[in-house]
Amino acid sequence: MAHFTKKSKAKPEISTASLPDIIFMLLIFFMVTTVLREQEVQVRTILPQAEALTKIEQKRYVSYVWMGPEKLRGNRFGETRVQIDDAVVEDMTNIRLIMYRKLTVEPRLIVSLRVDEESEMGIVTDVQQELRKGGTLRINYSSKRDISNL
Amino acid sequence: MGMLKKKQRREAEIPTSSMADIAFLLLIFFLVTTTIDVDTGIGMTLPPELDEEIDPPPVKERNLLKILINEQGQVLLEDLPSSVAQIRGEVRTHVTNNDVDQRYSETPRKAVVSIKTDRQTPYNMYIQTMDEVWMAYFEIWDTEARSLGFLNYQEYRSSLEDSKENEIRSKWPAQISLAEPDPGGGE
Repeated sequence: MAHFTKKSKAKPEISTASLPDIIFMLLIFFMVTTVLREQEVQVRTILPQAEALTKIEQKRYVSYVWMGPEKLRGNRFGETRVQIDDAVVEDMTNIRLIMYRKLTVEPRLIVSLRVDEESEMGIVTDVQQELRKGGTLRINYSSKRDISNL
Repeated sequence: MGMLKKKQRREAEIPTSSMADIAFLLLIFFLVTTTIDVDTGIGMTLPPELDEEIDPPPVKERNLLKILINEQGQVLLEDLPSSVAQIRGEVRTHVTNNDVDQRYSETPRKAVVSIKTDRQTPYNMYIQTMDEVWMAYFEIWDTEARSLGFLNYQEYRSSLEDSKENEIRSKWPAQISLAEPDPGGGE
């Protein structure tokens, strides 16, 4: 027994000297990937599910158009509305000008249509016609991966 | 002068022990605010606006696969009532027909899939239809990529250099046409 007690106990210690470096690395990763939400979406958009999905890799080319029932007070929803950037579009014919201006700034513009799955095609078609008039032809029907089929 | 020399130089030091805490705090802030959502969706290119004076190029009836979705979300495939699940197979047969069957396309390059909807068609049905059509093309491209010795189309595409043409896609172009909305259909 004496043999065991004599053994000097080395204090187990993990060196914390590199801890700030590790944390900094993580910090920088999250700083780079963070996109601070600058727009508040005023319409409900529950995206449809699909299988044939492609990823939009270049996020900076993307401009969003939200379509869905307007969020009202007390968890109620109103008429289906179109929102671009931070404002609800009242007059549909404004869309062509908004989009044309965006296109002159960024010629590789992709318009991501974030449409609520319960919407009807009428409003989507109207917006698409406006997009064609504005010359923004690259669009993307934003959808989620279908998890039920996996 | 001697007095100056004697003066001990204190080394300037910034305490670094709190560095980790500061970094942690920032880290937590960015962790909380970050939303890593990859934007996924079905990509499309809209046709350019129609010129009133120039008629769109005519497409032979047999090269056109017409999909119609009505306001109840029912599918009419080449004037036959069908289901969404049938679309994929039908598109594949249509595109890969290569002049075998008189009812389907002449060549893959000429094959066009046309989707027409009503104003009241549920958007969800439209996306499902679009999904099936794209899946049909993805399957065709996958088959083609496999015959070229790749695992799938994805692998073929990532093997392409930027300058090189995507041969699979130019051989089997996905030509999806969105039918012009009826002029009287607006509000």
